[in-house]
Amino acid sequence: MGQVKLMKGNEAFAEAVIRAGCDAYFGYPITPQSEVLEYLAAQEPHKRTGMVLLQAESEVAAINMVYGAAGTGKRALTSSSSPGISLKQEGISYMVGAELPCLILNVMRGGPGLGTIGPSQADYFQATKGGGHGDYKVIVLAPSSVQEMADFAGLGFELAFKYRNPVLILSDGAIGQMMEKVELSEQQPRTTSFDQSWVTTGKSPDRERNIITSLNLDPSKMELHNRKLQAKFAGMQENEVRYERIDCDDAEYLIVAYGSCARICQKTVKLARQKGIKVGLLRPITLFPYPTKIIQEMTGKIKGILTVELSAGQMVEDVRLAADGKVKVAFYGRMGGTTPAPNEVLGVLEQQFLNS
Amino acid sequence: MENQSVSTDEIVREENLVYKKTSLMTSKALSYCPGCGHGVVHRIIAEVIDEMGIQADTIGVAPVGCSVLAYEFLDIDMQQAAHGRAPAVATGIKRCWPDKFVFTYQGDGDLAAIGTAETIHACNRGENITIIFINNGIYGMTGGQMAPTTLPGMRSSTTPYGRDIALMGNPLKITEVVATLPGTYFVARHSVHTPLNARKTKKAMRMAFENQKLKKGLSFIEIVSNCNSGWKMTPNQANKWMEDNMFPYYPMGDIKVNGEMVKKKEEPKA
Repeated sequence: MGQVKLMKGNEAFAEAVIRAGCDAYFGYPITPQSEVLEYLAAQEPHKRTGMVLLQAESEVAAINMVYGAAGTGKRALTSSSSPGISLKQEGISYMVGAELPCLILNVMRGGPGLGTIGPSQADYFQATKGGGHGDYKVIVLAPSSVQEMADFAGLGFELAFKYRNPVLILSDGAIGQMMEKVELSEQQPRTTSFDQSWVTTGKSPDRERNIITSLNLDPSKMELHNRKLQAKFAGMQENEVRYERIDCDDAEYLIVAYGSCARICQKTVKLARQKGIKVGLLRPITLFPYPTKIIQEMTGKIKGILTVELSAGQMVEDVRLAADGKVKVAFYGRMGGTTPAPNEVLGVLEQQFLNS
Repeated sequence: MENQSVSTDEIVREENLVYKKTSLMTSKALSYCPGCGHGVVHRIIAEVIDEMGIQADTIGVAPVGCSVLAYEFLDIDMQQAAHGRAPAVATGIKRCWPDKFVFTYQGDGDLAAIGTAETIHACNRGENITIIFINNGIYGMTGGQMAPTTLPGMRSSTTPYGRDIALMGNPLKITEVVATLPGTYFVARHSVHTPLNARKTKKAMRMAFENQKLKKGLSFIEIVSNCNSGWKMTPNQANKWMEDNMFPYYPMGDIKVNGEMVKKKEEPKA
């Protein structure tokens, strides 16, 4: 058993990336995720593991530093919150195009614009549908606890190198700021077992030169490259779907929620069952690839689905696509940094499905 | 007249060799316009890397612009960066591999407009990299639009009546700006339009790469270049125009050497 600590989500993530054997962090301060950079700075990871830490001049510079480091085969990451993640989209698109692995943490806050510093899930579309320009996907992991903030550091790097593609951890201000018990893994070495034949560390006489680029001016070759990328995304959809089901076996109604919202809805399920309403919770852990199949399977067994998000309704579109009109999919969302109470969600559930 | 023809065997003798293809240039035909300086600068970089024997330890960063395909011509490991971000990409590489040689190759739009922040901060942090800055006063690849270094009155496709300073601002002497930053160790401005200038550029390039071993800061070389296609001139006209107009605004020579500003020679007293 690893070390058990009481930590903030942001701090647990920072500690976990050091322990996961991360090589480099480049970031820029923004609330509510600044503790990641602050915690790393206090830890002096260059002394602990040799990990590089640099506060960049901007979010744009930070993601491009990650690009450079990743192009040499290093396990590099950056973290930010919604407005800063918007700035990183160009770099993320380039990294997918150039097939570079990296880890990105988004501790979401309310938008649009400068918005607010309270928790939000309004970056779902940006995270799961591409975000920047071009046809692409990144694997999106949605932690709903401080423990998962820590666990997804190692998992994120593993998936990033497995697919040579960025992995985004889509957290929010509540998960980043709240304190919980967390079990930390042992220190891992700063090595990776994945193929390193593509990295740019200087052309030695025994190999051809390596080039990291997303450019191909020949449209037919660019289409081939796109097909290769799409095949990779299809592989992710096939192999990397992760979700958690709570009280779903006998459920008549299903709540679908992720991240901090899933934590709130866990309490809603308890309250509902105390009243004799058979409610289950499906918590997608990967938002891309989305757990579409399991929703399709459950659709035939339930009377209704309520999707709850800290947004105006984004993930609900994927739930409706999965349900395909076979069952009513209702939505309840709070916006702008506010969060619903568990009984508030229960009230919506009763109103939507039981008070007719 | 005596027949002085020599046999092929004699020509290829090592002692008779006066010129050969630079070994670290690939066989790919250059995509640059005839008369453009990019090819000469590429060759100088290739020669310096070859002569220093550092091919296995060198990573280049290509920009967006005409030289976006620099990696097709140089036989070294390279990364292609987003527009303006080359100094950040180079920072990421160099921080992870402090003993490797890392350089960026950037045009004026890339380095002094969209990438100004990355340029200034990489210089100010004193990243131990080499920045090679090609200044031709125009956006070449996109078709000759105004660049941050376009001269007052100079015509471009977005300043068809000449750059109006009152409306469009002043040309940016970014090389002088970065020289004032404590993180730069060597800052110089050269050209490659004559063999003499190309030799001077090569000397500076060698120093800029050698400096990386010292770990005392960033080396920055501006190369004022023509863009005969963008300027709508013949190569010879473009070189003449460059000498007459670009050089007075962007004067040649060392600006900062070994971390010290180079003092201008005092005018002789009358």
